[in-house]
Amino acid sequence: MGNKRWPAIIATPEMRSSYDTVIIGGGGHGLATAHYLAKNHGITDVAVLEGSWIGGGNTARNTTIVRSDYLLNASFGLKNFALKLWGELSQELNFNLMYEPRGYVDLAHSDGELEHFTIRANAMRLGGASVEILTGQALQDCVPELDLNSAARFPVAGALFQPAGGVIRHDAVAWGFARKASQAGIHIFQKTPVTKINITKDKVNSVDTPQGRINCRQVFISVAGASNQVASLAGLDLPIHSINVQAFVTEPVKPALKTVVNYNAGLSYISQTAKGEFVLGGASDGYNSFARRGSFARIEDVLARALQMFPFLSRLRLMRHWSGTADISMDGNAIIGQLPIDGLSINCGWGYAGFKATPAVGHQMAELLANNATPDLIKPFTYDRFANGAEIDDAGAGPYPWHH
Amino acid sequence: MLLITCPHCGPRDESEFSYGGARRIWPDHDANLDQTETAMQDWHQTLYLSSTPSNPSNPSGPLTEIWYHGGGCECWVEIIRNTKDHSISNRQKGHAS
Repeated sequence: MGNKRWPAIIATPEMRSSYDTVIIGGGGHGLATAHYLAKNHGITDVAVLEGSWIGGGNTARNTTIVRSDYLLNASFGLKNFALKLWGELSQELNFNLMYEPRGYVDLAHSDGELEHFTIRANAMRLGGASVEILTGQALQDCVPELDLNSAARFPVAGALFQPAGGVIRHDAVAWGFARKASQAGIHIFQKTPVTKINITKDKVNSVDTPQGRINCRQVFISVAGASNQVASLAGLDLPIHSINVQAFVTEPVKPALKTVVNYNAGLSYISQTAKGEFVLGGASDGYNSFARRGSFARIEDVLARALQMFPFLSRLRLMRHWSGTADISMDGNAIIGQLPIDGLSINCGWGYAGFKATPAVGHQMAELLANNATPDLIKPFTYDRFANGAEIDDAGAGPYPWHH
Repeated sequence: MLLITCPHCGPRDESEFSYGGARRIWPDHDANLDQTETAMQDWHQTLYLSSTPSNPSNPSGPLTEIWYHGGGCECWVEIIRNTKDHSISNRQKGHAS
């Protein structure tokens, strides 16, 4: 019975007492870093330590959307590089990630908002991305079921359309990177939380786990919602807050929606899976949380906005509902790079924007760890930018993480 | 859904409030930022990090935080909420500002 001939996706090696590089966090970003360390730099003396299990965290809890429609060059550059990599990864990993570039539609609800979207579209074009502003019949043709005619509190004025945006099977991303890294000889340990980061004379020398101590030259922290707790093991305070983000899946129906659509008066994003389910997500619950338990106010909010776009959704039932702990920084953008302790680097603060950037972060962090120098694409995302006044604030929302 | 007890209005739904984040203790407002490096560091610490070691800004556990009761008395309310399970274990008096 069952799939007896299916081998385990990752090996279960004996833990050695020493590795060159330790990656704390076996999420998409950590595993992508492991993969690119092996592939691009031939470095396989690496241990990935995951406190829980592969595919149990935010990598498999998001709404699977990938896109690169960001205004600021730093934000756009990294995510657009990721889009290019997503297109290559099913082949490279020999794992079907089901990348479907069905197009991403970002709805504007006033002429002023559409003007601002046009600025963003132009910035993206300057960066080499293909993007259009759609209005009227062109938008209706792109999203035939979108309700553009009913009297609405927030009518649709138009949309930014990015054809390369779309969806990817998110758990396959975790498994695909894990399998490839494992095949390359990198050791991945599940249920292995780091309990201590040992530092001597401002230099990392080892980490402690329940299975013993691992001596290492460098440590890379990539643990999303647990960033503050893990960084505190090294005595560091981070400008990061953990928030709860919810997602929902309806019962499956026939194909009715090709693109990914985002409603901006409030926040509600929706796509239809290949199986026919609608996947919905929204803004964070709006306050610090590690509970992985959402508030009803946000559920109502996301669904009400989805109905504004697609009234027929009112007849569907929700099958599943879940949430994850996302870490968001004081300017809503990630912190990536070296920390003020020698041999210690971090990737955190992605909020609910991290999944789409997974391969780009892995690619760039692998380069940093291999060469001990920060590559250009991640240079702006420094840990010390808050002290220096060099925030990357796409939303202009200031130091209130739950507003981003 | 949180039920926040406002010292002026009684137990009220979370939707009446806006979140203000961790309770912060602000540095000296009159400090000359141009002349003292420590004043800059203090403001950075308070604004972006944990304003006091006793109340880290993003704990997995009890957090002393403030909420603005815009849908009620229009005062800031200080509570202690456990971020692991959203239980509100302690309620203190509201404070102005």
